[in-house]
This record gives sequence, structure tokens and C-alpha cells, in this order.
Amino acid sequence: MTEPIISIDQVNHYFGSGNLRKQILYGITADVDPGEVVIMTGPSGSGKTTLLTLIGALRSTQEGSLKVLGEELRNSSEAQRVALRRNIGYIFQAHNLLNSLKAKQNVMMALEIHPHLSIKEQAEMAEEMLKAVGLEDRMNYYPDELSGGQKQRVAIARALVSNPKLVLADEPTAALDKKSGRDVVEIMRSLAKDRGSAIVMVTHDNRILDVADRLIHMEDGELESYDLETQAPPDKAIALG
Amino acid sequence: MLFAIPLAWLQLKRERMRLIIAIAGIGFAVFLMFVQLGFRDALFNSAIRLHENVNGDIMLISTRSNSLISIQNFPQRRLYGLLGVEGVDKISPIYVGFGLWKNPFWEGLPKSQTRQIMVLGIDPNDNIIGVEGFDDKARSLIRFQDQILFDKKSRAEFGPIPTKFPEYDKKGELITTEIADRKVKIAGLFELGASFGADGNTITSEANFLRIFTRRDKGDINIGVISLKPGADLYKALEGVKKSLPGKFTVNPTLKPEEAREDFVVGEMRVLSKKSFIEVERKYWQNSTAIGFIFTLGTVIGFVVGIVIVYQILYTDVTDHLSEYATLKAMGYKNRYLLKIVFQEALILSIMGYIPGYFLSLLMYTGTRNATALPLLMTTERGIFVLCLAITMCLVSGAIAVRKVQDADPADIF
Ligand SMILES: Nc1ncnc2c1ncn2[C@@H]1O[C@H](COP(=O)(O)OP(=O)(O)O)[C@@H](O)[C@H]1O
Ligand SMILES: [Mg+2]
Repeated sequence: MTEPIISIDQVNHYFGSGNLRKQILYGITADVDPGEVVIMTGPSGSGKTTLLTLIGALRSTQEGSLKVLGEELRNSSEAQRVALRRNIGYIFQAHNLLNSLKAKQNVMMALEIHPHLSIKEQAEMAEEMLKAVGLEDRMNYYPDELSGGQKQRVAIARALVSNPKLVLADEPTAALDKKSGRDVVEIMRSLAKDRGSAIVMVTHDNRILDVADRLIHMEDGELESYDLETQAPPDKAIALG
Repeated sequence: MLFAIPLAWLQLKRERMRLIIAIAGIGFAVFLMFVQLGFRDALFNSAIRLHENVNGDIMLISTRSNSLISIQNFPQRRLYGLLGVEGVDKISPIYVGFGLWKNPFWEGLPKSQTRQIMVLGIDPNDNIIGVEGFDDKARSLIRFQDQILFDKKSRAEFGPIPTKFPEYDKKGELITTEIADRKVKIAGLFELGASFGADGNTITSEANFLRIFTRRDKGDINIGVISLKPGADLYKALEGVKKSLPGKFTVNPTLKPEEAREDFVVGEMRVLSKKSFIEVERKYWQNSTAIGFIFTLGTVIGFVVGIVIVYQILYTDVTDHLSEYATLKAMGYKNRYLLKIVFQEALILSIMGYIPGYFLSLLMYTGTRNATALPLLMTTERGIFVLCLAITMCLVSGAIAVRKVQDADPADIF
């Protein structure tokens, strides 16, 4: 049996302090295996983003146990979390590319934190990755010269270029039209599968549920999990689309 | 410091308009600092120009004098006793007076016909002032009645003497004009330079000086210049002078002991080594007038203006890139990387702003030098000093702007 890449055990999370302290996540427990594609659905405000930022080591875990890539995040130091972030690929809703950098340089930024790579290697890897997302003729374009779908594909290239074992995506298709949304997700899934990267993706888009191995549904800070090989997706997940 | 992708530079370059404004702003601050420091140094250097060029080892002035422009006279006979002091070779008098000079080539209004000029009266036997043009021949010329030497670096308002003089000379004539209503002839040119205190200079003999300043009595001199015999010890001679002069010995209590050895008062005479003679004049302009303060204040203002401009630019830049910085943090970049970016931007801006500021200042120096005869020169030290100020300016702004980087929270970007 392989070790899960994410293992969440009884995680609670609160925002605010004193009288304003409000619980957002309630006893979240789930595992994600290497290479698994997991889609997270749930109504707005149910805590999906919060959970994703906890997994991505962008926040510190307050209660329970959260292990990502073998690293316990409860009581972790800032330095530990920074180190862990380097092994996770992120794709945000807004593409968040660096506007002063060309597509290729944006992708290279994900490699520059890995000091063992020479500049030449970084450039080659970035070029290859941009080819894989179908942007070989857009390598030296600035983000504002690219369409929404193209930008999101650069973001995917940036997230995957360092071959992370885990990719986190928060509504990556929300700003895209149906066709390019579907394309982006397809590319992301096939590249991740090639590299054996696990994906946790938040989406409202029910037409892309079929790319997932498993679906987790969040509601009022609680989580339900559905294995899509044996179960049909629940109506409530689909209804949100 | 260097990365595969020079993000700091690329970010600056991407916002071209902002970059140009930043360079213009910093260049202006650099220019302002150069102007202020340049004028300050020029003032101090021009004020001591005569002092530096007096040939002598010990100077005696009245205790009532505080600077060349307000120098008081004293009876020369007080110095006679000093000839017996061991090591003293000779004692020469310098008379200093200010009188109205009439421009002999006046073209009419709005230019003024007269202007105050400094007149030095000296003994033509003594090579007392070491400036170009003041040679044996020149000294022999001022032996003649009413013949004077004119400083060709005097301000242009005194007339086009430097260009006219050779023309007259070829014809075998001398330019005549008036100082303090006394007709004088310009017999030669020398080169000293205008100062804030004196716009122009002339040198003549003691006898001619007394003809111009008729109210001055013979023997009422302004500076007594002692030359020592070759190899004589300055401090021994100063000791000897101290013993030979009548009256009470006092020193300025704020001086260090080694300074007090070459700057002291005996009775009504202040005794100064040449070094202290220069120093006293410099300190007068630095400390006893508002001028030094004003220029220093101007420099500080340039510095502060620079900080404000760079801070504005960097703050806007960081604010604009905040979500990008948060993204970088989410990707695993440390805060340190972002701080480096801000400081690199500051450094790049300071150097890019310095270069045009430097050349603009060079231009201004040359223009002012030609227009005012002030010794306004770009020195390596000032160049480096202002570069350091510019870099400090940008780093200070960077240090303030950098706090904004802490606001980039990677948890906010999902
Ligand atoms: N930084 C924060 N401070 C306080 N409350 C927050 C913060 N972020 C999110 N919340 C609250 O937590 C709840 C869950 O938010 P979020 O995880 O963004 O939900 P989702 O992504 O599922 O829409 C919401 O009620 C939201 O208002
Ligand atoms: Mg959300």
C-alpha cells in the first residue's frame, strides 16, 4: 500500500478571535493518493478555499493533523511551509502570472527556486512545458498579449514544470468560456497523469466531473467523499453547476 | 544578488513611464545636491584663494579682524621687534582695501559703471603672493606711480580688461581707469579669481595703495607676513613671536592644544601659521555666516525630495505587484527574495537617476564657472559623495517601501 500524498485527520479551522471567532471547517478527514485526481465541489462559503490553502501550506493548521507529502503541517514553522510550497503546483482562479515577464519567464520562475538547475536547463524545461500546453508560438508573449485560456495554460505550465507530486487548483476555469475551460482541464489532467502528480481541484463546473477519480463535497464546513468508479456523483454536487 | 530572471529590472522596464518619471525625479534630486554642495565648496574655496597663495609662514592680523572682507588695520611698527626672533627671515606688510572700480569700457545702462574691487598693497621687493602673472617683471611695473595689476579672473562687470589689455599692449598703451576716484593704469594681469567676498582683485605697491586710499596712513597695514629662513622650525618661531610681542597671551579655549600652538593672541595681535590663517577664514564662512548652513540645508532638501520621490515610486510599484508577490510566496519564494527585488529596484533607480543628474550638474558647473568666475568644479570626491547620497536615498526609501511587501499574503490569492 502506498502512503497517501495528503492525509487529513479531524482538521478544524477557525477565523477571527474572541467573540468573533467562527468555526469554518468541522472535523475534516480525507486522504488523497499519489496520482489521484480529486474534484472538490460545494456551495460558496462552504470552506473549499480554506481547506485548499491549508493543504497548500499557505495557512497554518490549527487543530487536527494535516500531512502533505509526508510533512506534518500542524505546528509547522514558516520555513517548513515555505519549503513545502516549492513541491506543490498552484493554479489560481485568476491566473496570477507576473505581468512584467514573458510566458516563458513566468514558467521559469517556478524553476528558479530549485537551485540545482542551470539557466539553460530551466529555459529548456519551460519551453517543453509550454509546448505541452500548446503555446509553442506564444513563449515570448507578455500575459496581457494572451487570451484568458492561454494565460491559464501558462499558469498550468508554471504549476507543472517542476514535476510536483501535488497540484492544487481553485476554480481554474471560472474565468474561462466553456470550450477553453474544458481544454484547460483536459490538458491539466493528462499532464498530471503523465507525471504521476495528484490533483485537488475545486470546481463548480459539472461538465468536467468526469475527469476526476474521486469527488469530495463540502457543505457548511463538513466533507463527504464519493468514489466515482463505484458511485454516481450526488445530485447536490451536480446541481451546483 | 543576481537571478536567472532579473525581475527587479524587468518590472521597472515594463512600466516605462513610471521609470522615466523616477529617473527624472532622482536625477533632479542628484542635481540639487550637486548644485548645493558645489556652490558651498566653491564659496569656501574662493574665500581662501588669497590665503592659500600668500607666500609666508606666519601671519599676523589684528585681533579685531574676523575675515578678509572686514579685515582691520594695525600699526606695522608693532612687528619691528619680531625681526630679532630666531628663524625669522623677513616681515612684509599687506595692505587690504576695497574701493569703487570704474569700468573703463562701460557701455552704458543697464550695466553698472562702478563696482567694489579689492586692492592689495604690497612691498614690490617681496614675492609675497604666489599667483600666475605676479612675477618679478610685474612687481617692477607697480613701482611706477599709479600702476596696478588686474586679476583677469575678476567678474566680467569690471570690464573686458583681459581681452583689451593685449590690444593696448601691442600699441604700447596702458588702459586707464579709476579706483576710488584715483586715476590708475593697468600695467599687467595676474590670475587669482573672484570670491563671494571680492568680485575682483588688483595688486599694487604700498605707495600706490596709499595714493588710492588717501585716508589710510602709511604703516597702517592689515596683514604682517613673516617668512622664515630655510630650514627654520615653525613652532620654535611661533614660540619666539609669542615671547617678543607685548601684551597678554590668550588662546581660543575651543581649539585643540596642537591647533592652539599655531593660532593664538598676544596683546592686540593674532598670530597664525599659514595653515591656521586659511582655516580661520574657512571657518568664518562655514560657521559665522548663514551661507554654509543654507547650502547644507539645500543638500538635505535635495536628499529628502529624493527619498520622497523614490518612496512614492517604489510604494506604487510594490502595491501594483502585491498579488504577484503573493503568488511568488505561494510558489515557495521567501520574503527575502521579495525584499531583494525592492532593494534592487531602489539601487537600479539610484544609479539610473544619478547618471543624468551628474551630467546635468557638469553642464551647470561649466556654465556657472564661465558666468561668475567662481571655482565651481566637479571633483571625484563630490561625485562619489553624491553617488553615495543617491544610493542611501534610494535604500532608505526602499527600506520604508519594503514593509508593504509583508502585506503580500499567499493565503489571500486562492
Ligand atoms: N480570511 C478570512 N477571515 C475570516 N473569514 C474568512 C476568511 N476567509 C474565508 N472566510 C470565511 O470562511 C468561510 C469559508 O470561506 P471559503 O473557504 O472561501 O469558502 P469557499 O471557497 O467554499 O467559497 C466563508 O464564510 C468566509 O466568509
Ligand atoms: Mg473559494
